[in-house]
Amino acid sequence: MGLFDFLRGSPKQTATIAKERLRIIVAQERSARGSPDYLPLLRRELLEVIRKYVNVDQDAIDIQVKRDGDHEVLDLTVTLPDKAGAAATAAAREA
Amino acid sequence: MTEFIVVTSGKGGVGKTTSSASIAVGLARHGKKVAVIDFDVGLRNLDLIMGCERRVVYDFVNVIHQECTLKQALIKDKRYENLHVLAASQTRDKDALTKEGVERVLNELRDEGFDYVVCDSPAGIEKGAFLAMYFADRAIVVVNPEVSSVRDSDRILGLLSSKTRRAETGAAPVVQHLLLTRYNPTRVAAGDMMSIDDVKEILGIEVLGVVPESEGVLAASNAGIPVILDENSNAGHAYDDAVARLLGQDRPMRFLEAPKKGILSRLFGS
Repeated sequence: MGLFDFLRGSPKQTATIAKERLRIIVAQERSARGSPDYLPLLRRELLEVIRKYVNVDQDAIDIQVKRDGDHEVLDLTVTLPDKAGAAATAAAREA
Repeated sequence: MTEFIVVTSGKGGVGKTTSSASIAVGLARHGKKVAVIDFDVGLRNLDLIMGCERRVVYDFVNVIHQECTLKQALIKDKRYENLHVLAASQTRDKDALTKEGVERVLNELRDEGFDYVVCDSPAGIEKGAFLAMYFADRAIVVVNPEVSSVRDSDRILGLLSSKTRRAETGAAPVVQHLLLTRYNPTRVAAGDMMSIDDVKEILGIEVLGVVPESEGVLAASNAGIPVILDENSNAGHAYDDAVARLLGQDRPMRFLEAPKKGILSRLFGS
């Protein structure tokens, strides 16, 4: 880095950001690899149904196909919003 | 024993054809009998990089459709007589390739006593790329230290371990290597570019070589002389190292450090 660069302040280390972003997306895509094609659609439809009743986040649903001995298990986790958050949303809807 | 090597990447423009040409020339320079095949049907380019574009009479698709013999379609390199190029068709589309046809051509090359067949894959994950990797014993995944290239490479690594003949028949898996190209040590040092260790850590496979970003690469393709033959180019030396490693030699990684600067350029930047 030259003197003028130094005076301008050090640049942001974008390589670190790239590495972090890749680490996450690659792990996510590897876990989805080999799982059935219908999972993304199932996830979206489930989210729509749940959202009719509870206001959950886009990424509140986690679906995974796991192996348990001879059979496959569809593992579904839905994270519900905490009470305070839900109350706030309800209040906002009433307003 | 013939070894089928696919040079692939998923993403386009990362240096697959440049790498295929230099690896093929490097193997031939070690005395191996080598064929290098362009699988990019409709977008032929390996012939230009190898400098034999005006000698293409018959192509890969002609051989597959039995419109000529394999011998007629193989173009003998002017520099190394044990090196042959099989050009892609420029007029057909990628559906002209069939799994049976590709297998027949590869088997014929094996019967002709070739040591290595280098398959230059097209970009993407469609038919041409699929067939280029399907019969591979070894895969060289060309990757730039850049987010989209790394992500696509991971996708390709997944396909190599599921959609190849070796995966389908339960044989020993395809041997996988990374070849990092367009590496810029100055930018890595500045924190603007992912390092070899970063890429290796994300993808989790061994690095066969690191080819520095170099003016020599464009000059080589302009001239139709694979860059490995340029004695004055660091990229050429890096390919030479990678080929030696492929043949089992131990070569330390070079060109990972930024060139040292003088005191003036240190002070004022360059």
